[in-house]
Amino acid sequence: MSAELIPVYIMGKKHYVPETATILNAFEYAGYQVIRGCGCRGGFCGACATFYRFKDDYKLHVGLACQKVVEPNMYLTQLPFFPANKSLYDMDALEATAQQIIELYPEMMKCMGCNTCAKVCPQELEPMEYVAAAMRGDIKAAAEKSFDCIMCGLCASRCPGELVQYNIGMLARRLYSRYIAPNAQHLASRVLEIKDGKFNDDLEELKSMPKEKLQKVYEERDIEE
Amino acid sequence: MGYLPYMKESIKRVEATRQQRVNETYPRASAEEKKDVLENFHPDYADAGFKEMKFGPNKGERMPNRFADVLEAKSVINPDEIDLDNPDLETDVLVIGGGGAGSAAALLAQENGADVLMTTKLRHGDANTMMAQGGIQAADKEKDSPARHYLDVIGGGHFDNIPELVEALVHDAPLVIKWLEELGVMFDKDEDGRMQTRHGGGTSRKRMHSAKDYSGAAIMRTLRDEVRNKGIEVIEFAPAVELILDDKGQCAGAVLYHLETKKYSVVKAKTTILATGGIGRLHIGGFATTNHYGATADGLVMAYRAGAELAFMDSLQYHPTGSVFPEQTVGLLITEKVRGLGAQEINDEGEEFVNPLETRDVSAASIIRECEGRGKGIETPSGLQGVWLDSPLIDLKHGEGTIEKELPAMVRQFRRFGIDITKEPMLVYPTLHYQNGGILINEEGETGIENLFVAGEAAGGIHGRNRLMGNSLLDIVVFGRRAGRNAAAKVGKVKQGELNLNHVRKYHHELEEAGIKTDRVSPQILPDYTPEETKKKTGLVKTAF
Ligand SMILES: Cc1cc2nc3c(=O)[nH]c(=O)nc-3n(C[C@H](O)[C@H](O)[C@H](O)COP(=O)(O)OP(=O)(O)OC[C@H]3O[C@@H](n4cnc5c(N)ncnc54)[C@H](O)[C@@H]3O)c2cc1C
Ligand code: FES
Repeated sequence: MSAELIPVYIMGKKHYVPETATILNAFEYAGYQVIRGCGCRGGFCGACATFYRFKDDYKLHVGLACQKVVEPNMYLTQLPFFPANKSLYDMDALEATAQQIIELYPEMMKCMGCNTCAKVCPQELEPMEYVAAAMRGDIKAAAEKSFDCIMCGLCASRCPGELVQYNIGMLARRLYSRYIAPNAQHLASRVLEIKDGKFNDDLEELKSMPKEKLQKVYEERDIEE
Repeated sequence: MGYLPYMKESIKRVEATRQQRVNETYPRASAEEKKDVLENFHPDYADAGFKEMKFGPNKGERMPNRFADVLEAKSVINPDEIDLDNPDLETDVLVIGGGGAGSAAALLAQENGADVLMTTKLRHGDANTMMAQGGIQAADKEKDSPARHYLDVIGGGHFDNIPELVEALVHDAPLVIKWLEELGVMFDKDEDGRMQTRHGGGTSRKRMHSAKDYSGAAIMRTLRDEVRNKGIEVIEFAPAVELILDDKGQCAGAVLYHLETKKYSVVKAKTTILATGGIGRLHIGGFATTNHYGATADGLVMAYRAGAELAFMDSLQYHPTGSVFPEQTVGLLITEKVRGLGAQEINDEGEEFVNPLETRDVSAASIIRECEGRGKGIETPSGLQGVWLDSPLIDLKHGEGTIEKELPAMVRQFRRFGIDITKEPMLVYPTLHYQNGGILINEEGETGIENLFVAGEAAGGIHGRNRLMGNSLLDIVVFGRRAGRNAAAKVGKVKQGELNLNHVRKYHHELEEAGIKTDRVSPQILPDYTPEETKKKTGLVKTAF
C-alpha cells in the first residue's frame, strides 16, 4: 500500500512527494536533512513556520511544517530564523501596568490595526487583540488571549509596524502570573514548613525502611477521592 | 483527507461488532497471561532487543540494541585533530542542553555567582520540555505531604529508585513550584490563587499542577525568557559531541560541533552540566516516538565514553496508544483517558483482544502481539502498523456528546485531518515516550566524574524503572537547580590540569579489544529521515516520523 506522489516546489525546485506527507516529511522525503526549521515535530515549539503559495495564485498562506499536509503544486519555504527584538527586564522590579509594557516595547504604539498578524497565526490566535489588551492595561486578557502562542515568528515577520507580538504576549503572561493572579497561600505555607524541616523525620524514616515494609505501607496508603 | 478506502473497509468490520461490544467486558488477563504477553511481546522483555555491554562502566549489563549501537561506535571526532591548547571559549560553568533542566541549571549557576555558557543542539527550548502537556507534581496541599509523594514515587518505580534522589525530588517540589510561580509561570488557579490540582496515574493525592494542556511549554517559555533577561550566553545549533577531561580525570569542558558551518570548537570550563534529555529519536525497537527531534541520547554516549556509570537503561517507557494515522499525528499521545472512558482496542477483524484497563505495559504488549504476532493489525501507507481504538463506543456507553465534552482537544486535533473521532475510531500503536534511566547521579546532581553534573531526563536513578506522569517536569527543575547551584559553588575550588581527550582514544581501543569492528560513529546528533537512510535501517521507505 503506498500513497500517490504529488508535485510540490521546495524553494522553487520541483519534487514528487507522497500526498499523505506533512510539509516536514515532504522535505525529508525529497532528501533534505533538516537542521533549522524543525524542533518538536508535534506542533508545540514553533520552529517549523512555513510560507507557501499555490502555482498561479498570488495568495500567500502559512502553516506549521510538522502539522500541515502537502497539497499539489505548493510553493514552499520555511522561516528558519527571524531577528526579533526582545526587551530585557528584571522581573522583581516591574509593575503590572500598560505603562510598563509600553516602556519595554514602545514600538507597540506603531500598530496600524491591519490585523495581518491574525491572518498568519497558525494557532488561530489574534495577536493584534492581545497587544491591544496589553495597551489598555487589561493584562489578564492579554495573558489569556496569548496563552496558546508557540512563538513561531510568523506574526512578527509580516507586521508592518515591526512589532514582536509574541514577546509582548510573553511579558503579559509573566506580569499577570507574578503580580495580578493571587499567590497560592497553601504553597507559601508549605514552603515555610519545608524550610523549618517539618517533614525531615518522616522522609528519613521512609528512606531507611526495609523494602517489604515500604511495600506494605505503599499498598495500604489511602487514595484521595 | 480522512481514512483511505481500505481503512474504511476495516472500520466497517469494527462497526459490525460495536453494538454487541457495548455491554461486553473483555476478561482481565490472568497473571499467567500477563507474563506470557509481556515476555513475548513487551520490548523491555524481548531479549532479542538487547545486547550485553562488553566494556565500560556498565560492562555485563544489557542495553537496548539501538542504544548499544551508539555506544558501540567510534567518536564523531578524531582526538588528534582537536586543538585543546587554544580553547575557543572559556567559562566557569558550561551547560549542555537547552531544555528545562539546562535552563534551570543555567539560572541557578549564574545566581550563585558563576559565569555561565549554554550550548544546545537546536534552538533554545526546542526540547521535550516544550511538549509536556499533563502537568507537574508537588505536595503543596493541606492533605498532602512530601512523605506521601515519596511513597507514590517509589511504589510507582517498583521500589528500585534510589531513596536519596526520591527524597530530594519530593522535598524540593513545593520550592520549585514557588520558584516557578514567582518567575511568572501561568499555572491553573482558582480566583483566590489556590492551585487547581488533579490526580495522575499512581498518585494518592491530587497534586498534578498544570497550565492548561501546555504545562511544559508554559514552564519552558518562562525559563527561556528569564535566561535571556539574565544575559546568559546561549549558543544554538552547536551540540556537544565529546566531553573533555584533564590529566586528573576531571571534566573540563566539551567539544562542540557547529551544525551549519560543520566546524568544531573547544569550550574549557571549570564545571560542566549535562542536560541533554532523552532517547526517543533513536527509535529503540523501531518504535515511533513522542520525543522532539534532538532526543538522541548524546549525553549518555559522551558520559559513558568519559567513564560515567549508567543506571536502569534496560527500561523504557512505551505509551500504549500513540497515533499512527494520519501521518502528521504519528507518535502523538492519545491520553489514557480515552480508554478510561470505555474505548476498546479492536483488531482488523473487528475483535477486541485486551481489556482497556490493563496497565501500560500489558496494553502495549497486547497491541504489539495483535500486529506482529497474529497479523491482525492495519498497515498505514507509510508502513506503520496499528489497531483501532474504538472511540465512538464512548458515546454509545455514556450518551451522545460525551466525547466532545471530555476530549475536546483530541476531537479538534483529528477533525483538522478529516477524522471525526466521535464517529470513527483512531489507529494506534505503542510509542516510545520516556527514558526511565540515565546517567547515575547523587542528590547533588554529581556523577562519578569530578566536576561533571547531570540533570533532567539524561539522569538516572530518580524514577527507578517506571516514572509517574508529572514527576519528570518536576525532576528536571529540582535537579537542574541543584546541579546549577552546586556547579557554581565548586568553581572556585577547581584545580584544573592539562586538558585531554585520552578517554576517547582509550574507548576506541576498548572497542577493538572487545572485537567490535564498526564504522558507526556517535553521538548521532540528529536522526536522518531521508528515504535512503530510513530504507537502510528499516527496509521500508517510511515517510512519517
Ligand atoms: C510529548 C511528551 C509529553 C510529556 N508529558 C509530560 C507530563 O505531562 N509531565 C511530566 O512530568 N513529564 C512529561 N514528559 C516528560 C518530560 O517532558 C521530559 O522528560 C522533560 O521535559 C525532559 O527535560 P530535559 O530538560 O531533561 O530534556 P529536554 O527538555 O529534552 O532538553 C534537552 C535539550 O538538550 C538538547 N540536546 C540534546 N543533545 C544535545 C547535545 N549533544 N548537545 C547540546 N544540546 C543537546 C536538546 O535538543 C534539548 O534542547 C513528556 C514528554 C513528552 C515528549
Ligand atoms: S516542529 Fe515544533 S511546531 Fe513544528
